Amino acid sequence: MAKVIGLTGNEAIAYAVKQCDVDVIAAYPITPQTIMVELLSEYVYNGEINAEFICVESEHSAMSACVGASLTGARVFTATASQGLALMHEMLYIASGLRCPIVMGVANRALSAPLNIHGDHSDMMGSRDCGWMQVYAENAQEAYDWIIQSFKIAEDLRVLLPISVNIDGFILSHSMERVEVLEDEDVSRFLPPRKPVITIDPAKPITVGALCLPDYYFEMKRQQVHALNESYNVIREVNKDFESFTGRRYDLLETYGMSDAEAAIISLGSTAGTAKAVARDLRSEGKKVGVIKPWVYRPFPEEDLIKAVGDAETLAVLDRACSFGAPFNALCSDVVAALYRYGKSSVKVFNCVYGLGGRDITPTDIRAIFNEALEAAKTGIVKEQLKFIGVRE
Amino acid sequence: MLVEVRWHGRGGQGIVTVSRMLAQAALLDGKYVQAFPEFGPERRGAPVTGYTRISDEPIVIHSQIYNPHIVVVVDPTLIGSVNVTRGLVPKGLIAAHSDKSPGDLRKMLGSCDAKVYTVNAMRIALDILGRPIYNTAMLGALLKIAPLAKLDSLIKVVEERFPGPVGEKNVAVIKRAYEEVQGDE
Repeated sequence: MAKVIGLTGNEAIAYAVKQCDVDVIAAYPITPQTIMVELLSEYVYNGEINAEFICVESEHSAMSACVGASLTGARVFTATASQGLALMHEMLYIASGLRCPIVMGVANRALSAPLNIHGDHSDMMGSRDCGWMQVYAENAQEAYDWIIQSFKIAEDLRVLLPISVNIDGFILSHSMERVEVLEDEDVSRFLPPRKPVITIDPAKPITVGALCLPDYYFEMKRQQVHALNESYNVIREVNKDFESFTGRRYDLLETYGMSDAEAAIISLGSTAGTAKAVARDLRSEGKKVGVIKPWVYRPFPEEDLIKAVGDAETLAVLDRACSFGAPFNALCSDVVAALYRYGKSSVKVFNCVYGLGGRDITPTDIRAIFNEALEAAKTGIVKEQLKFIGVRE
Repeated sequence: MLVEVRWHGRGGQGIVTVSRMLAQAALLDGKYVQAFPEFGPERRGAPVTGYTRISDEPIVIHSQIYNPHIVVVVDPTLIGSVNVTRGLVPKGLIAAHSDKSPGDLRKMLGSCDAKVYTVNAMRIALDILGRPIYNTAMLGALLKIAPLAKLDSLIKVVEERFPGPVGEKNVAVIKRAYEEVQGDE
């Protein structure tokens, strides 16, 4: 029987990790760390989970410890945010390059300078190309559900790659919501212990991450591309499996009102929820709008996206991070590339940068974006291809 | 029906705690909830706000709350220095910790069409707890004027959160504030 409790995003992730029978948690305990690891350290201390908690001196070391632990065959979790993720950057590539199925919770927050502690996607988008799978949750329930699925996805032998589960800093990490949690035994049935292939063992020493010159390095990277692409099908399988366990349906992306939408917003994370609420109001006024929310950002679900776009004429793509000097920002660039690759470049697109450093995006802001997209669908003209929402110019 | 509540208090007065306990109680009644603090650094004694959303339907909105239906003022010294009625919906509700009558407090709030309720939470807290911790009293007062959750559900949440005599005393505080809160007619 499922149990309903009130949990913040941080608490929901820690609760899920507790049920996933992790072996090692390595984390840097000081700012910008989240409550996730604080709770996990309590669980370890209280004997609620039989895991090793390694308290390290920096996020760089946290990820290094995670890599080492993962190579022994352990199930490994860590969490970070903001500058912490930035400091991990070097080791993120080592985790994916050594094919370590580490699961990491990230409470997405802005990067300095200037100093800011609030929510935006600058941290994870800054590590966009590090070879990790990336999932963005809309609420605490999704964060909980994706953590449990993530271990299964990452540890699948067709994948063997690390994965980050992202929640909007403060907006989700510190907000308490209704979460339906599974019984421990059900999680154990869904997620059996990890079955590693090759492990490091002091009794039988092997070398990992050895020097790999131009004669082989490229092939290693090609394999990583292949694995990340393979994860697409594995994610789908795990989603189906999870649905049969819980009744909760996940996919590479979620759509709302897209069957007849003329204009749509594409957004990651919690903002997609606000967009759905506004879309519902607009649709009750007879306006044909919809929302596409990629749950999975890497691998980018381009085929699903094209299918979801359907006959919509205009897309407003929301980015909560800046790709300084780029034609479009990260999510929008991917959307435009997908449209081009599928011969749908006639779809009109504009990119809205919003919410940097925790600036709130309101239903009124979103309504204005929808109306502008509808206008563009009607007139065939996009007034501004790159907009900054709610900023003082 | 979505109800949005804004809590006013000072850092250290347990504003996050009560915003969450209200949500927890509503959760027990089968509602959908959100409870969140004013995001940012916390400073003891500085004015802070907390927020609770309660609905019969799943809550998908994740923006901040600008037009609450109800405002709860936990710290009586805020009135006059913080605009506690900001954004309150027309004919909204204000539950304030105050030793004044609702009518007198209304005068202090200036032009406002809200329905005003007051309760002397400090006196109740000192009588029962022997300490000036009056956030839970405001929970009791709130549930009297707006049935956002069953009183029994709140009591269950309080007893779980504070096991033993502390919980029992807080339940007594809540019950007395529930009885004593006064509205202006």
